[in-house]
Amino acid sequence: MIVFRYDKTYEGLLTAVFDAYFRKTFPDKLLGTDDIEPMFAEESFTVITQSDKAARVWKSLEKKLSANACNMLTYVWLSEEEGSDELLFQYIRKTVDSKRTIETNFADEVVLKVHKLAMKVSKERLRMIQFVRFQKAADDVFFAPVSPDHNCLPLAIDHFQDRFADQKWILYDTKRDYGFYYDLKTVTEMTLETSALFPEGKLDEALMAEDEKLFQQLWKTYFKSMAIKERINPKLHRQLMPKRYWKYMTEKQ
Amino acid sequence: MFPSKWLTLYSMNEAILEKLKVLAESAKYDVSCASSGTTRKNIPGGIGNAQGWGICHSFTEDGRCVSLLKIMLTNHCIYDCAYCINRRSNDLPRATFSVSELVELTIEFYRRNYIEGLFLSSGVVRNPDYTMERLVRAIKDLRTVHRFNGYIHMKSIPGASEQLVREAGLYADRLSVNVEFPTEQNLKLLAPEKDHASVYKPMSFIQQGMLENKEDRRKFRSAPRFAPAGQSTQMIVGATSENDKQILQTSAALYQRPSMKRVYYSGFIPVNSYDNRLPALKQPPLVRENRLYQADWLMRFYEFKVDEIVDDRYPDLDLEIDPKLSWALRHPEVFPVDVNKADYSLILRIPGIGVKSAKLIVMSRRYAKITGSALKKMGVVMKKAQYFITCNELPVHTVHEASPEYVRKVLTEKKLPKSKQIDQQQLSLIFE
Repeated sequence: MIVFRYDKTYEGLLTAVFDAYFRKTFPDKLLGTDDIEPMFAEESFTVITQSDKAARVWKSLEKKLSANACNMLTYVWLSEEEGSDELLFQYIRKTVDSKRTIETNFADEVVLKVHKLAMKVSKERLRMIQFVRFQKAADDVFFAPVSPDHNCLPLAIDHFQDRFADQKWILYDTKRDYGFYYDLKTVTEMTLETSALFPEGKLDEALMAEDEKLFQQLWKTYFKSMAIKERINPKLHRQLMPKRYWKYMTEKQ
Repeated sequence: MFPSKWLTLYSMNEAILEKLKVLAESAKYDVSCASSGTTRKNIPGGIGNAQGWGICHSFTEDGRCVSLLKIMLTNHCIYDCAYCINRRSNDLPRATFSVSELVELTIEFYRRNYIEGLFLSSGVVRNPDYTMERLVRAIKDLRTVHRFNGYIHMKSIPGASEQLVREAGLYADRLSVNVEFPTEQNLKLLAPEKDHASVYKPMSFIQQGMLENKEDRRKFRSAPRFAPAGQSTQMIVGATSENDKQILQTSAALYQRPSMKRVYYSGFIPVNSYDNRLPALKQPPLVRENRLYQADWLMRFYEFKVDEIVDDRYPDLDLEIDPKLSWALRHPEVFPVDVNKADYSLILRIPGIGVKSAKLIVMSRRYAKITGSALKKMGVVMKKAQYFITCNELPVHTVHEASPEYVRKVLTEKKLPKSKQIDQQQLSLIFE
């Protein structure tokens, strides 16, 4: 078994592809720099991430794949799912080795898996757009914590920037401990120094804007009165709005 | 002592909470909550945008999408429609929003990402034009003074004048007038103040406005848009004697109009059980409603004609199986379909294959023949599809060998809980 080690970055993965073609040996397994070596590894190679190599691989992919398929690869990377890097490696290899594009051959297992995983991330991106709840802080910044399964927050930023262009906001991924701040002009990535500002997903009451409580209460009232009791269907409710997102949703608190 | 400012603030909040509750309760029986059909970027200094595909921001406990702030301007009404909760003769709390309250609610909800926009309707006060004018004034204020750029759906009041409908279209993304019942006779029976003309007239005003606007925009690209997301309507199911054929034929006729985007079906909920013109129902007809939506989808996305779904021999939809399967079992001569060769439109007709998997099949078969296991991985429901396809493999047990009756029986069998299951070793025999 041939093992490649790399730094678990997207660039690192693309560099690994470059090195594999250069060395003409292809890994059976991709490991992080500190992972434990499997028992029967014959050869272990450590990839040193180089952005020029990664850029060359990406450029050749852009030539062979549609923009849509390239986006799909990024989505799969951001899924952060176990083994998604190996899946991407296989997909890229298939693309490079094939004369014509393979991107619509869904009878191929790798292609279908990439498609499905990308769809999963895309679906969660949509759920961010649906279920994010902003709370207005006293300094007029709208704050929303999230904790998605996949690292899909960066994919949704464009939407929020266009929609909420005239208010300052922070979208914060509490699981990965980073977020984005919009200051009416640009969006910057940021990390909060303390997470004590939002115990259990709510902004501390001392930090809330004066009317924030009122609007939260209004929204809850509205949500409750919208349900038609003759039609209650908890299974469907959970299917459409899975429980794991309720933590930060005003109407579900 | 509290300063008096605080006291008034507090009681004001209480009042607005109460109003919101009353007016939301009154509006919730309208089914539509779609926010699709318009794509609009933010404008400098404006609030919000619109996404063409619509976004549901929450789901109520009955599993309906909450996309818009669905609210009535007032639930006072001079009409006395038998099926409606807000009818004049009902004794229930009544309230009216002022324009500024409505605007503030919409914008503050929008800023917190609770909603996509506003769905505004109203009970009829004084006369249709007076009511319509108040609605138009509210959305005009929202759009022009507060530069609200999100989605607005406005209910057009039956019987409103052309001029007001034309004005509403300038500010709303979607307008709607509810048909309520396919036959005029039933509409008049349950809503004595309405007739078909009062419904179909505003509908054609909207249509006219849209067509003229299309023409104008061809000449001047900057011409303001008129109801860019078209119109929708709603029918109540199960309150009157109409069969599914009448309902679906009405929908099909409505979909002939280029501006008609959606027809909604609302399973009748007996809110006024004392009225003996209405049937006594234990449960709203939810299964029938679901089958009607499935039939609606067949017409809009699966290239089915209405006569193929319901006809004189089968005027009602089968409640046990979905309309597509039902069609397939009535037409076994079409099957089995070879997924490696058949046209896209024929693949769409196979039970168990939806739009998504049909597209995947058509794309993938250019590379290699598709096998049964590949179909399964693509998301085809093989439990249904297996009786209707061939795919380059050994001949299988199709609907011809098995007979439509057998397929129907197998697919409608209820799965018993483990404790009640009889010995699975025993083969079941089918007698015909």
